[in-house]
Amino acid sequence: MREYITELSRYIIPALMIIYTLCSYAALADRPSWKDGVLSYVYTVQNIVMFFMQLFMFTDLALTSGDLEYVFFYVFVQIFLAAAAIMVPAIYDRLNRLLLNNMCMLAGIGLCVISRISFGQAVRQYVIVLLSLAVALFIPWILSRIHFLKKLTWVYAGAGIVMLGMVLLYSEVTYGAEISFTIAGLTFQPSEFVKILFVFFLAGALWENVSFARVAVTAVIAGAHVVILVVSKDLGSALIFFVGYVFVVFSATRNYLYLLAGAIGGSGAAFGAYKLFAHVRNRVITWLDPWTYIDNAGYSVTQSLFAIGTGSWFGMGLLKGNPKAIPFVEKDFIFSSVCEELGVVFGICVILVCVACFLEMMKMAALIRDRFYQLIVYGIGIMYIFQIFLTVGGGVKLIPLTGVTLPFISYGGSSVMTTMFMFFLIQGIYIRLQQEGGRHNGGNAKNSGKAKQRPGKDSES
Amino acid sequence: MQKIAEKQNSARGKTAKADKSAKSQKAKAGNAGRYSANRPEIVATCCFFGLLFTILIVYLGYFAATSRKKMLDNSYNSRQEILLSRNYRGTIYSGSGEVLAKTVVEEDKHEYRDYPYGSLFAHAVGYATKGRLGMERLANYYLINTGASLADRAANDNAGVKNPGNDVYTTLDVGLQQVADSQLGLYKGAIVVTEVPTGKILAMVSHPNFDPNEIDRIWDSIVEDEDSSVLLNRVTQGQYPPGSTFKIVTALEYIRENPDTYGDYSYACNGYFHSDTGGRINCYHGTVHGDVSFESAFAKSCNASFAQIGEGLDRVSFEETLESLLFNQTLPVDFPYSESKVNVVDGVSVNELMQTSIGQGKTQISPLHLNMITSAIALGGAPMKPYILERVENDAGKVLEAFAPQACQRMMTQEEAGILKSMMEAVVEEGTGRKLSGLDYTVAGKTGSAEFSDEKEDSHAWFTGFAPVEEPKICVTIIIEEAGSGGDYAVPIAKKIFDAYFESQK
Repeated sequence: MREYITELSRYIIPALMIIYTLCSYAALADRPSWKDGVLSYVYTVQNIVMFFMQLFMFTDLALTSGDLEYVFFYVFVQIFLAAAAIMVPAIYDRLNRLLLNNMCMLAGIGLCVISRISFGQAVRQYVIVLLSLAVALFIPWILSRIHFLKKLTWVYAGAGIVMLGMVLLYSEVTYGAEISFTIAGLTFQPSEFVKILFVFFLAGALWENVSFARVAVTAVIAGAHVVILVVSKDLGSALIFFVGYVFVVFSATRNYLYLLAGAIGGSGAAFGAYKLFAHVRNRVITWLDPWTYIDNAGYSVTQSLFAIGTGSWFGMGLLKGNPKAIPFVEKDFIFSSVCEELGVVFGICVILVCVACFLEMMKMAALIRDRFYQLIVYGIGIMYIFQIFLTVGGGVKLIPLTGVTLPFISYGGSSVMTTMFMFFLIQGIYIRLQQEGGRHNGGNAKNSGKAKQRPGKDSES
Repeated sequence: MQKIAEKQNSARGKTAKADKSAKSQKAKAGNAGRYSANRPEIVATCCFFGLLFTILIVYLGYFAATSRKKMLDNSYNSRQEILLSRNYRGTIYSGSGEVLAKTVVEEDKHEYRDYPYGSLFAHAVGYATKGRLGMERLANYYLINTGASLADRAANDNAGVKNPGNDVYTTLDVGLQQVADSQLGLYKGAIVVTEVPTGKILAMVSHPNFDPNEIDRIWDSIVEDEDSSVLLNRVTQGQYPPGSTFKIVTALEYIRENPDTYGDYSYACNGYFHSDTGGRINCYHGTVHGDVSFESAFAKSCNASFAQIGEGLDRVSFEETLESLLFNQTLPVDFPYSESKVNVVDGVSVNELMQTSIGQGKTQISPLHLNMITSAIALGGAPMKPYILERVENDAGKVLEAFAPQACQRMMTQEEAGILKSMMEAVVEEGTGRKLSGLDYTVAGKTGSAEFSDEKEDSHAWFTGFAPVEEPKICVTIIIEEAGSGGDYAVPIAKKIFDAYFESQK
């Protein structure tokens, strides 16, 4: 019996994931010609699929391990998912359901695969996810009540540099290569939180003034962020900040030359870093040929490739692989462990769901005429999707390894908390956008039902 | 701003034509001013990242589709042990179904690998503990994965036993292997027998050998002895001077350079050849061959005339010929092997070139490679890819994967192969391979006596050839280390193998 269920779930889980992914893209397509009820139907299907998938994954875990603790954990995870996917829309009825659903889906997958790697870490992660949600719920409400965000541009910049600088000094003093603080047993990775400050800084600096002088000033400050991160050996974050900066400038100035300048400057800086820092050279060498260095520097990349290659299309089944063979699997290589046990088909769907989040954010940004809020949504979107490219691309050896997390899925409190805050910031801006849209149309939006949550529909009614 | 709005308006107007819904037309007309001014840049951003992720997903998909076997076979991949903790290692069979290796499970669930033929298939089948060798290495992926049906696996799960791994069928022929093994006897050396039309390896013997049943016990002593070459499969990894068998190559090059006049060649052999540069090449044991033609020089393996031929060869053209015969190249086989090495261009003196032309000097070849060249001649120019893994079956006998014969890249033209074939026939009819003439079947081949040391008088005895000449079935390549001349030592063994093969075909 057990064998039947675990074998079947090898195919049912990816099948459900494919249905979910298709729903995400159906929601993204969102044609104005569709009837009002279609979209809420799609979201409901997504929720049902998610709960079924959770059921199959945890049944698999419990049956294969014979461990009851997975049953308990399953119940707790479902409580969180139900709260997030069902109760949150009840609080904010104008929430973007696609972003919310995808967030739940990814966090649910994350809790499941982390519980398979380390039960203790999964419990910690669960507490952090729940806390983050509780705090994040206030963000849209706060956003609708404060109006001085645009005025704090230089505060964001100062705070960001100070936070990053403190970590650097701390690690210099202790001769460590740490990129995090540990205070009272809790570990913080400031570079995660600074991402939000950084986006606010860019939006604040560029929303009304896009002169060359202004761009140059922001370049110096953004450069300071990046340099501190490179020196702290946090190459992944450095790249994310850099790419975020280049694209926000591009979008704000509407000038392709800045993209070109970014590409040239970035290549030059990368070459310089390659020449200057041994840890950068190391990453490139082990990317080009990890097999020669399989015993030392290339170990983690090759182990990641073993995991993905052995898992192949449909995976080895939960608890039937050996993800712990990969160093830092729960943080930097969680995608490889997902591919190993749930399969590459499932892994590709995870990527596509993340891309759907990004596209939804871009779609939203295109509708926001207040440039400050638009650049925040746009900047968060870029940093989010580029991080996914770095972690997945590094794990499959398409690009050199940079050691960043897969948002919502990887273990790591700072990462999951920051990403959740980012998503709820966007939700807050989205709600605001619709309220404005509603006001333009004589304020009748208040009476419209859930189907009116889509932008564009409000103005038609 | 206004211009953009107009553009969007007109663009939307076009798409709206296709859309029959009046409602949506109205909605779209109202959308024009809804977008922010930098919408085109946002769309461009989406396209950029869309492209980036398309590359990523295609790369990931390609990796998943092509590398499972390679990733799982790497000894650094701990998942091999995971599969072995769930599946028994499958059975290895000969071509006709005799068990060559199987997993035995004792009552206390202790497992060990049993090789019923002991040392007979030491290198061909190999071993699976202390690293892997032979089929145990080549087919490891299949042996540790299971293709058992879901129902069987569920039953095994309930019973708390492991699943049977997949079984592999090899091309090996136990009878031929036994003949080859006993004929090689106590000599060091190698014998490989292939089926010409398919490339199937029927026998693969390498001496000295070992008993894979004993591998755990003898491992330390093998590893400690640095001079021990017991684990080396001499068929694929042995590197020998080719001796006179290399005259096949020299002859081919001479034919290519003199397509119309090679038949007119003649030479008066008085047992040695002196070049103008002062080099001297002796015939084997100083034999005087007298007046020889191209064919009889080949048949009698006259070193003097081939040294003279070699002296006049065009080096660039010679190198091309060597390349076409896969010298200094990778061989199209799935198992580990050593590349054959030869140099006729860079800093090679005339003396060295003459040495090379008669198969002495620095040239090195593996028996498998010589067998491929011989098969190419037998098959009219293009050999079949030598293979040993025929098919994979699950425990219920369902074929999961079958490997069909594959042709290799052409080594020579059909005409050239025909000329070489008749010359190799002459070797048997009137030359050094006469012990193979006058039998029920016809043989074509070439002998060789490779001198490997300046101090020792002995030579390695070579024979490579095929039978029957009219429609070649099998190709045999033999090397016996430090035995003597190929005609005296290797040819009789070839006869025993051909006899055994044609006897079994009756």
